Amino acid sequence: MADHDFEPEIIVFACHYCAYAAADLAGSMRLQYPTNIRMIKLPCTGKLEIIHLLKALEAGADGVYAAGCMEGECHYLKGNLWARKRVEYAKTLLVELGIEPERVEMYNMSSAMGARFAEVANEFTERIRQLGPSPLRGDGAALDVVPATVAATAEEGQPT
Amino acid sequence: MITAERKPLDELLAMLEGKDKVLVAGCDTCVAVCLTGGEKEAEILASELRIKAKAEGRSVQIEHTSAIRQCEWEYLDMIAAKVAEFPVVLSMACGIGIQSMAEKFADAYVLPAVNTNMLGMPQEHAVWLERCGACGDCLLADTGGICPVVRCSKSLMNGPCGGSHAGLCEVTGPNKEEIPCAWALIYDKLIAQGRQDKLMEITPPKDWSKSSSGGPRKMVREEAKPV
Repeated sequence: MADHDFEPEIIVFACHYCAYAAADLAGSMRLQYPTNIRMIKLPCTGKLEIIHLLKALEAGADGVYAAGCMEGECHYLKGNLWARKRVEYAKTLLVELGIEPERVEMYNMSSAMGARFAEVANEFTERIRQLGPSPLRGDGAALDVVPATVAATAEEGQPT
Repeated sequence: MITAERKPLDELLAMLEGKDKVLVAGCDTCVAVCLTGGEKEAEILASELRIKAKAEGRSVQIEHTSAIRQCEWEYLDMIAAKVAEFPVVLSMACGIGIQSMAEKFADAYVLPAVNTNMLGMPQEHAVWLERCGACGDCLLADTGGICPVVRCSKSLMNGPCGGSHAGLCEVTGPNKEEIPCAWALIYDKLIAQGRQDKLMEITPPKDWSKSSSGGPRKMVREEAKPV
C-alpha cells in the first residue's frame, strides 16, 4: 500500500552537458521542482555504472534516475545510449530482486530544457510517491550518506 | 576463452539460504572478458544480495573481492586473507576457478555463481560463439578451419547430413536463432580454396578417448618443470 504522505528521497545522475545545466536553467527561470532530488553530476551519463544505481538504492534511496542528453546529441556521441541500456538492465535486476523496476529510470533532455528538468523531477517524484517508500529503507537508512559514497565512485575521472 | 553465464538469482538465493556471511569472489580473466564474473559483476552481485537481504529485513555481511585469475594458486594467495574472513565464498569464476578455490581454501564453503558454458570467441561486442570442444585431437587442418565437433549440431565427421538446408542446420539454438550448417561452411571453404578433393575422403570415427570421454585429462611438461 503506497504511503502518499511520505517524502521520497531520490538520486539523480545528471550529465554535465545537459541535465545539470538544465537544472541551473530551471533555477534561473525560478521554476519550482521538488526538493526530494539529490543530484550527482557526471561528465556524461555514459559514466553511469549499474553498481551506482544499485548502491543508491542499497543506501536507502526510494528512486534513482539518470538524466542525459537527447538521443543523438550526446557530447561523447553514445554515452546516453549506454546509460539507457544500463538503466534497462538494472530494471531487470530489480525485477529479479522483487523490487519495482519503476524505481530506476532514464530521461533525456537538453541544457535548454529547464522546464523539462522541473517536469521530470515532478513526474518522477510523484511516481515514487505512488510506489511508496523503498523496501530498503525500513531501517531508516540515512540518505545523507549516499551522495558521498556513490559520488566518490561516480565522479572518478570527471574533467576539471 | 572460457565463457560463463550467471546463475539465476533464485538458484543463488536457494544455495545461500541461512548463510549470512558471504564473500562474492570475481575472477578478472575469462569471465571478466565475457562480462559475467569479473570484479565489476562481483560487486553488482554482492550489492544485489545485500539488497535482497535488506528488503527482507535480514542482517548479512556480504562483500566482494576479485582474483586476477582464480585458477592459479599464486593469484589465490593474493585474496587468501579476505577469503579467511568468510565461511562462505560465492565464486563467479568458471568451473576451473571454482574448483581451485575449493581446493585451496579447504575450510571455506565454496559455491558456484555461474554456469560455465563454452570455449568461445566474441564474434562482436557482447556476442560469443562456441568455437572449440577441447576434444584433444584437432582436425581443423582437414575442415577449412571450421570445427565440426562443436559447430555441427551432431558433431559429424562426414557431413553435411540431410538436415542441412540452404546453409542452415535443421536445429535451432535455445533462443530459436538459426545455426549455420558447419558442413556447408566447410564445403564452401574447401571449394573456395580448391581443396574439394578433401571432401571425398571418408574420415574414420573420431577417437573420443582423447576428449573428456577418456577420463580426467592431465598435461605434464617435464622440460618446463622447476628444477
